[in-house]
Amino acid sequence: MKLCRIIGNVVSTEKAPSFTGHKLMIVQPINEKGEDVSDSFLSFDTVQAGSGDIVLVQQEGNTARELLGTRDDPFHSVIVGIVDKISVTKEK
Amino acid sequence: MKLAKVIGTIVATKKIESLANSKILMIQPLNEKKENSGSPIAAIDTVKAGPGDLVYYTLSREAALALEEPFAPVDAAITGIVDQINIEKRDMKKSIFENEIM
Repeated sequence: MKLCRIIGNVVSTEKAPSFTGHKLMIVQPINEKGEDVSDSFLSFDTVQAGSGDIVLVQQEGNTARELLGTRDDPFHSVIVGIVDKISVTKEK
Repeated sequence: MKLAKVIGTIVATKKIESLANSKILMIQPLNEKKENSGSPIAAIDTVKAGPGDLVYYTLSREAALALEEPFAPVDAAITGIVDQINIEKRDMKKSIFENEIM
């Protein structure tokens, strides 16, 4: 799973039929300090996350299909949780 | 899934049977600021996209699931045409990140 920050969403009407009714968010991967790492990508939401939230993103088809649709829908990336707290232990 | 711009079409008459009637487009992956993000790839079109369109695409096994023929050898498929991108760069709740000294 990736730790990401939600920076927006994408609106589209012409799309795979099974995508209808699901919110497609733009997520920016971050490290444990909240700094951006690598480029943003897209992920479907299942936890009513909004812009600015820190979320957990799963990028694996089976999970996405399980959560969002049926066995043969092209879901691949899905937001599975909203993060409240990250505590990183630092060696002295 | 990532955003991409359709930059061209690819014609390949000699190809695997199950790809016979699929349209292949050349796409340039983008980040949310529509800057290039990675090198261009070839993807099967499933939403009647054309050159110049802003789209998003799906990779790996799930790309093949977007086609009528779900067992076609496809690992990249365009699965949507973008109407609008909303960027809301709110500042993160800093309190989420807490450093504990061991």
